[in-house]
Amino acid sequence: MLAWLNERLGVEKALEWAKHKTVPVHRGTVFYYLGGVSLFLFILQVMSGILLLMYYRVGTDSSYESVRFITTKVDFGWLFRSLHSWTANLFVLFIFLHMFSVFFMKAYRKPRELTWMSGFVLFCLALAFGFSGYLLPWNELAFFATKVGTDIIGEVPGIGSWLLKIVRGGEDVTGATLSRLFGLHVAVLPGITTVMLVLHLAFVQIQGMSHGDQPEKGKTMPFFPNFLLRDMILWLITLNILAVLAVFFPWELGKKADVLASAPAGIKPEWYFLFTYQALKVIPGKILSIPGELVGILLFNLAGILWFLVPFWDAKIPEGKRNRVVNIVGLFAVLFILAMTIWGHWSS
Amino acid sequence: MRILFGGGIAGALAAMIYPAIKFLIPPEEPEAEPDILKVGRKEDFPAGTSKIFKFGRTPVILIHSKASGLLALSATCTHLDCLVQYRDDMGAIWCACHNGKYDLSGKNISGPPPRPLTPFAVKVIRDEIFIAKV
Repeated sequence: MLAWLNERLGVEKALEWAKHKTVPVHRGTVFYYLGGVSLFLFILQVMSGILLLMYYRVGTDSSYESVRFITTKVDFGWLFRSLHSWTANLFVLFIFLHMFSVFFMKAYRKPRELTWMSGFVLFCLALAFGFSGYLLPWNELAFFATKVGTDIIGEVPGIGSWLLKIVRGGEDVTGATLSRLFGLHVAVLPGITTVMLVLHLAFVQIQGMSHGDQPEKGKTMPFFPNFLLRDMILWLITLNILAVLAVFFPWELGKKADVLASAPAGIKPEWYFLFTYQALKVIPGKILSIPGELVGILLFNLAGILWFLVPFWDAKIPEGKRNRVVNIVGLFAVLFILAMTIWGHWSS
Repeated sequence: MRILFGGGIAGALAAMIYPAIKFLIPPEEPEAEPDILKVGRKEDFPAGTSKIFKFGRTPVILIHSKASGLLALSATCTHLDCLVQYRDDMGAIWCACHNGKYDLSGKNISGPPPRPLTPFAVKVIRDEIFIAKV
């Protein structure tokens, strides 16, 4: 069988290549597992998402009801729905951790600029997955989160109102918005993410693992089977943590969205949007006669672009050398996100 | 030749992308904006309560304040589009999304809202409440 496949696909060459692939061993090796865990969580998302699709019916009269049906009537429906929600949160968390560890290890430096950039696009896609999936149960929290989130899109100078109409499918958040975000969540984003993921993984294979600020000829371990087996143990642990979370902390469905109800007190977005939410909350209404939220959104976009382009503005520092500016920027980003998230969580 | 070829490709791409973008923009659905909207009887709105109605496309909040009586304002927060609520305990209109506050005339008094809420007229005719554009 192997010979048959080998003759047609060159399996032995692939196995030979896998045997020679190595992973650097140093004090930061633990961070190399974060990307693999993120990949595992993405696979789980696709699988649980496909299962939910069997019962989910999009529409203002059916979305909430079908999710309620899944969680209350379908065998193990509560488990898969809860698993999908918890996995989504862990997925974003691990992507955050993966991105920041790559940032602080300076693994984005030449020749890995494209790996970093494709990774950043994947990070944005993960947030888009979270945002689009959040509305699908059509509950009260999701409705207002989508109203605020899409209104922010409308603030983009020049093309904002046009983009807003495209995303919402009209002026307001309605059933048309639900249909569009559903299409985005189950077709457009998975398609783009798969392509980006293949590219990202291909770049990692072509460039090899970065040694960070460690010497290039340091200690290594074979990827296959040493690293992969360790990776898989971590995947198993992650799966167990997810099972515990899904069983003991089932995801709530909340109240059905009412387009004519006031936003309820204590409304907050998901934790990964909390820092932007809190920042927008504390920015004054007007800054030098420019609307405050516009200033905030422009600053966030600017920060995102700088983050995306870090391999280029950090490029002048020779590899292996410390760059204080980059470290300070990274540290500021971490502290800002943490402080705003905690503040947003505790504020009324 | 190169220009012709490049132009042809650009034209073909534009011919594919333009209809797709136009397709994504929903057609305008003109909704008749009423001049006046009957919302119910006076006894349905005791002092200290509020309710949101659709005035054409615009959500409007009808408030029965103990101090100011019946008043109506656009219910959409001018900050980021959430629907506001009347807080009798604050004597103000409050947006739960980003903690924006308006006084009962609709003026933005604290938090991030950049503009006041649009006022609507309230008319009571034989105990029936009507909301109208100012």
